[in-house]
Amino acid sequence: MDMVPVRATGDRAFQLLLAAMAAAIPLIMGAMLIALVDAGLPAIRRFGLAFFGTSTWDPVAGEFGVLPFVYGTLVSSAIALFLAVPLGLGVAVFLSELAPGWVRTPVRFLVELLAAIPSVVYGLWGIFVLVPWVRATLTPALQSSLGFLPLFTGPPLGIGMLTAGLILAIMVVPFIVAVSTEVMRAVPRAQREAAQALGATGWETTRTAVIPYARSGIAGAIFLALARALGETMAVTMVIGNVPQIKASLLAPAYTVSAVIANEFAEATSDLYVAALVYAGLVLFLVTLTVNILARVLVRRVASGPALIRE
Amino acid sequence: MNRRWLGLLVAAMVLIAAAGSPAVAQTITLNAAGATFPFPLYSKWSQVYAAEKGVQINYQSIGSGGGIRQFIEKTVDFGASDGPMTDEQVRQAGGRVLHIPTVAGAVVAVYNVPGLTIGLNFTPDVLADIFLGKITKWNDRRIVQANPGAALPSADIIVVHRSDGSGTTAIWVNYLSKVSREWKDRVGEGTSVNWPTGLGGRGNEGVAGLVRQTPNSLGYVELAYALTNKMTFGNVRNKAGQFVRPSLSSTTKAMEGALASIPADYRVFFTDPAGRDAYPVAGFTWVLIYGDQADPVKGKALVDFLWWAVHDGQKYAPTLLYAPLPKSLVARIEGTLKTVTSRGQPILR
Repeated sequence: MDMVPVRATGDRAFQLLLAAMAAAIPLIMGAMLIALVDAGLPAIRRFGLAFFGTSTWDPVAGEFGVLPFVYGTLVSSAIALFLAVPLGLGVAVFLSELAPGWVRTPVRFLVELLAAIPSVVYGLWGIFVLVPWVRATLTPALQSSLGFLPLFTGPPLGIGMLTAGLILAIMVVPFIVAVSTEVMRAVPRAQREAAQALGATGWETTRTAVIPYARSGIAGAIFLALARALGETMAVTMVIGNVPQIKASLLAPAYTVSAVIANEFAEATSDLYVAALVYAGLVLFLVTLTVNILARVLVRRVASGPALIRE
Repeated sequence: MNRRWLGLLVAAMVLIAAAGSPAVAQTITLNAAGATFPFPLYSKWSQVYAAEKGVQINYQSIGSGGGIRQFIEKTVDFGASDGPMTDEQVRQAGGRVLHIPTVAGAVVAVYNVPGLTIGLNFTPDVLADIFLGKITKWNDRRIVQANPGAALPSADIIVVHRSDGSGTTAIWVNYLSKVSREWKDRVGEGTSVNWPTGLGGRGNEGVAGLVRQTPNSLGYVELAYALTNKMTFGNVRNKAGQFVRPSLSSTTKAMEGALASIPADYRVFFTDPAGRDAYPVAGFTWVLIYGDQADPVKGKALVDFLWWAVHDGQKYAPTLLYAPLPKSLVARIEGTLKTVTSRGQPILR
């Protein structure tokens, strides 16, 4: 008899505990938002919405605008995803569908290792290996083949938007690979066997049975990659050139929001300067939120297209 | 039985604690935070000073801006900065604020021109115009004029500057502001500025990395950094019209040359000083203290340490590639340290 109330109390306590844990996330988000608005208030009052549309960043004159930084953040992340998504999904399909066990285990171990490398190490590798390669090999190749495009004009500096995108791509590939491989492996055998029974080839099985089933998991992997690319700081600042400008050429130096905060916060002296950097942080917060919401809407629309095969 | 043992144990611990506590109370720890530039020297000082005098100095190198903020908040016993506090910051701090110079550092123009290993000569106007983006080629007439015989290519100059806020930048742009009217009006000075041209590298290592890898580039780093990394750097023409090679001794000479123009509170960038052998792009790093110390014991320890730092401590500076203070300046700092008081009484007599 007295077993039931004990279990009910235990259940209730556990439920409350879990609810509190879940509530912690929006609370932390809210607290961060409040802190950012509060500390950024002098700059918000001074610049208002013009902050988003201004390209000047002049700490001496106290003129601040965040446009080139937002542009740099979005474009470098877009380049990263453009390169990393096909590569990451390709690796994931190979590991999940094709690779024998003796290949899969070491490759997955290496992928996890890549994800664990600190970003400053990627940055140093970027400076010493990637940047010279981009300057001496990639840039001449791009300019001789695609040099007529405004995307690939300008002197071969080796650092700039493209290099930042490349290093970000390398950094986010492990996330896409690790998560996508897991979700594809989780697709039930029956799905694959059903497709094969209908005479599907290996590729057709993957395309019609595995990927649609794992779609939301793959989308999650890409979100994770996008979030990391938008917020990445150290590696990007070491190779992007840190010039707040908007240039059509991907070979030109650029700047990102997180990089300018990391670079200038420690030595920011005037109150308005600190507030402008915090305001930039708030903008990054909003940009990340917007991009994530847009991505989610996009995925929902794609997911509601062809019928999903369900168990 | 157990209880008696426990009682004995507790008694023993109390005895040990009682015996130990007077010694613990005598160990004074000074907490400090600020500039990264003098960190290697301050940690050497803290190590030597702890061994000699038993006073611990716990220095966190968080950057000059952070050092000033913590000093104003009074969360540290002293702050440290590569740039003087602004009048506004001094007002915020409340009370009498003293800037005590500890050593000086020079900022040098490093470059990478393939095939060129000799020290190039730079005139002040050439440096300013390169960083303004007005001189764009290495074989510009004005660079050639100052460097007869140097094989200068017709390549574009790729300018590299610091992307992070830093005291090194503050010294560099202060110098450019002094020698170029246009720089002063268009760009101005500070720990970071709106650069008219060039790429940004993070930290001395970032600038050095870019300069090393990018042919025909030119940037600026601390002298100490350029020396340890064996980079090629140029001579700069000083006020007396001499091209001077940056070195620890020419930096100390710059302090001597600037002595007459250094104000009583030392809050100045002494760039572009007088003196035949003075290297013109150099600056102090300061320790920030309050002129009235609330705690007489800590205050005494602090002033004693600074006295030691500007005297005995100076001999550790050259090996760590900092320019030691000239004797004439140390004599002035002695006078400043003697003005520090606690509870209305001067600390030093």
